[in-house]
Amino acid sequence: MKVKVISRSADEFTRERSQDLQRVYHNYDPNLRPQEKGVEYVRALNAAKLEKIFARPFIGAMDGHIDAVSCMAKNPNYLRGLFSGSMDGDIRLWDIASRRTVCHYPGHQGAVRGLTVSTDGHVMVSCGVDCTVRLWNVPVATLTDSDDSPDNSAEPLATYVWKNAFWAVDHQWDGDLFATAGGQVDIWNHNRSQPVNSFQWGTDTVISIKFNPGEPNVLATSASDRSIVLYDLRMSSPARKVIMRTRTNAISWNPMEPMNFTAANEDCNCYSYDTRKLEEAKCVHMGHESAVMDIDYSPTGREFVTGSYDRTIRIFQYNGGRSREIYHTKRMQRVFCVKFSCDASYVISGSDDTNLRLWKAKASEQLGVLHPRERRKHEYHEAIKNRYKHLPEVKRIVRHRHLPRPIYKAAALRRTMMEAERRKVERRKAHSTPGSILTAPLRKRRIIKEIE
Amino acid sequence: MGANEDDGIREHILPPIEQGLYTTVEISDELDTKAKKYLRGEGADLKDLKDKKLKGQLAVREELYGKSAKAAAKVEKWLLPSEGGYLEAEGIEKTWRIKQESIAREVDILSSRNQYDIVLPELGPYTLDFTSSGRYMAAAGRKGHLAVVDMKNMNVIKEIQVRETVRDVVFLHNELFFAAAQKKYPYIYNQEGTELHCLKEHGAVLRLQFLRNHFLLASVNKSGQLHYQDVTTGEMVGNFRTGFGRTDVMQVNPYNGVVALGHSGGTVTMWKPTTSAPLVKMLCHPGPISALAFHPNGHLMATSGKEKKIKIWDLRKFEVLQSIPVNAKCLDFSQKGLLAVGSGSFVQILGDLSGSQNYSRYMGHSMSKGYQIGKVRFRPYEDVLGIGHSMGWSSILIPGSGEPNFDSWVANPFETSKQRREKEVRSLLDKLPPETIMLEPSKIGTMRPARKKEKPNKQEREAEMEAAIEDVKSITLKKKTKGRNKPSKRAKKMQELVAKTKRPFMEQQSKEEQASAKKRQKLSEQVELPSSLQRFARKKLTI
Repeated sequence: MKVKVISRSADEFTRERSQDLQRVYHNYDPNLRPQEKGVEYVRALNAAKLEKIFARPFIGAMDGHIDAVSCMAKNPNYLRGLFSGSMDGDIRLWDIASRRTVCHYPGHQGAVRGLTVSTDGHVMVSCGVDCTVRLWNVPVATLTDSDDSPDNSAEPLATYVWKNAFWAVDHQWDGDLFATAGGQVDIWNHNRSQPVNSFQWGTDTVISIKFNPGEPNVLATSASDRSIVLYDLRMSSPARKVIMRTRTNAISWNPMEPMNFTAANEDCNCYSYDTRKLEEAKCVHMGHESAVMDIDYSPTGREFVTGSYDRTIRIFQYNGGRSREIYHTKRMQRVFCVKFSCDASYVISGSDDTNLRLWKAKASEQLGVLHPRERRKHEYHEAIKNRYKHLPEVKRIVRHRHLPRPIYKAAALRRTMMEAERRKVERRKAHSTPGSILTAPLRKRRIIKEIE
Repeated sequence: MGANEDDGIREHILPPIEQGLYTTVEISDELDTKAKKYLRGEGADLKDLKDKKLKGQLAVREELYGKSAKAAAKVEKWLLPSEGGYLEAEGIEKTWRIKQESIAREVDILSSRNQYDIVLPELGPYTLDFTSSGRYMAAAGRKGHLAVVDMKNMNVIKEIQVRETVRDVVFLHNELFFAAAQKKYPYIYNQEGTELHCLKEHGAVLRLQFLRNHFLLASVNKSGQLHYQDVTTGEMVGNFRTGFGRTDVMQVNPYNGVVALGHSGGTVTMWKPTTSAPLVKMLCHPGPISALAFHPNGHLMATSGKEKKIKIWDLRKFEVLQSIPVNAKCLDFSQKGLLAVGSGSFVQILGDLSGSQNYSRYMGHSMSKGYQIGKVRFRPYEDVLGIGHSMGWSSILIPGSGEPNFDSWVANPFETSKQRREKEVRSLLDKLPPETIMLEPSKIGTMRPARKKEKPNKQEREAEMEAAIEDVKSITLKKKTKGRNKPSKRAKKMQELVAKTKRPFMEQQSKEEQASAKKRQKLSEQVELPSSLQRFARKKLTI
């Protein structure tokens, strides 16, 4: 007879000293865990609810300006630095970590319309409606840390006066050129008091300008004649132009796929374009209830943030038709500028109410250093939420966002209008000769024509 | 086992023990068979998918599942601390003739302590329950004796005398609370023996069961009413009249949380707390049901009838797999699938020794004469069977019955109080709502397949019509008077009837033909004619 029975001595299975960790054992046998599917579903539901509970995206407001914030620029070389310009000509450098003004740059008469920082982080360029471009020295990072005095103001390195008011400025990536937009597109060098080059296509004002992060000589502009124009500095004339039905307020290039850019349009939508194929948009991002004023891509290139005249900020996936997140507060007014921070974890907005606001890019993300156990737990929650996201209860909780009443109503109204329009077209189509009424797809509908 | 040429290089790398025992091919084969268990069924069939993106995503997912199953199989092969028990006969020995005394001589002292008889003749018969980790036991004597025992060091934690009939006892989610079915009502006590709740709504309960994942206390009372009470909120979740009379045979299926009741008419009914009608009603025995038990994997059920037969059922097909002519008063399945059968003063253990779901004798044990066995329960994670009988309770060794390796996060026999507290919180967070009790719990989170509406084809429709006509023709017409019974009249009447039955079939056929013609016409219009000519085309066809 051969016999063996299970026998566990307590010494083997418990810790020796009270300072030791408890001994734990795993057995992954499915038979030991009945109803694991059900348990997992309940966990997914709880994870979705927890996400909602911890969704506190607003970190703080930075006040100091005495007029609406019109433009912002982030320092590519220093994570905590952020420049903001306001309608009264004030420019400030903020330390985002402590949410305080570090430095003032007085000088502009009238609104500052454009701010940008060179890629090496040494020079800041500002322009405004007073027809001047000013170059400023950016203080060294260590200095900004220690300095607390509020009235620390700087003198411009140079002031260049030009013929017309400026609307926007952007600095070339890894170069010493910068471009301003106004009556025409001007290309400037740091050391020259006059533009080295000027472009014009049409007579209307150019309102935004952005250099391509991958190809330093390519830039995109949008003008008040509803056009988006692509320029190449190596050529003497502009490259391509696309005219839409409404004006584009801002443009942002996708830093990870630099052939793509997204345009923030006056008709409440954003349009992602591939520069090689401008006759149709790659994706239409819908959601805002009023004109989209500014747009900025996350450095990861997977999502972007938009600020709108409807007093909200939305975060979109780079390929998502609807927004992933919407931020609003009672006190935030029309949003004029938004920026994604350089580490992709914060969003900064500047609005009509003279404040800059700091938000988390992921509303329920836990800030600070995470324990490995905490991190694993977050990852697990994320995974099960993703696994059960199609179930109605989980979906309902994950999708729900509270909206202010005016926006909620505007959205409902907009939905009914769009639905009515769609129905009308459908009926008209049904009652006319087949083939006589053609409906353009949504991605082409708002584009009038493309000019080479 | 010599390594062949392919393994010649590996020979140097592997430690000497492994070289002697296995080749790498054998190990990978073994791991593959083990991984099957962790895959939890077949993977999704991706061949028919048209959506390329979804296909890619699912392929990645499936690969991950495969990897994790492999990792789990490796853990099972190399990392588990203990091995299961076994009992093997040598020569002409038979396992069922081996006595407990001879087992006691072979095993270590720690295990032989698990063989004992507690004789308490005044307060019996006794019934037992173990916690899910097998560490604690609650015993209840019919005459009001309640005891909680720590089985590790055989300490009685608390003994109380309630001076009332006690019919059943069951542990709640941990060892700190237990419920006892007493003369008029069930009561909940804590470990110190303090009465916490009196559950008056349940009435005079005969059998209690606790659903661990749902925190539900299920009871069946003298008038055959089934109650479900949520022990966390106190809410009465379900209250159903079974309509099959008084019964004290009740068991929870651990796989899905469905409660099964065995009735005096020989039927077994299965219940969930959200519907008032049973999910399943099956006639299992010609006489009354005396006991019920579920295999831990939920696919097997054993029932015993008063006609001295045990039947093993496959719950996926609701079919009898095996019928064993053994008398049984109580039944229990162990974690490894052994079936304990108690009747009179004899306990028999049946085992699925061949692995083909064919239960045969494995072990036996007879108590002293005159003991009437009332309850058998395997102790989880141990090779021990607890027996409650008329003279107290006993414990015997059944090698190979328990799961050798526990999981600290599921049930830990060496749990500290801190771990217990944490586990309580965690299990409350994972508490399942009562709606998740269903016959197939793996359906949760899956999509219902789109139902295809099948149209009968032409032959079927014709056959249906023929059958209907035959039916009509077989009718014998009433005998009429006043000349209406003439053969010509009768023939005419029959013709009318046939035409009447034919009509709906013909109408449907013509309708379908019209629809298909219209469709064809539409298609041809779209394809062939220029837009200017289309209005003429339609007119032509309708004329």
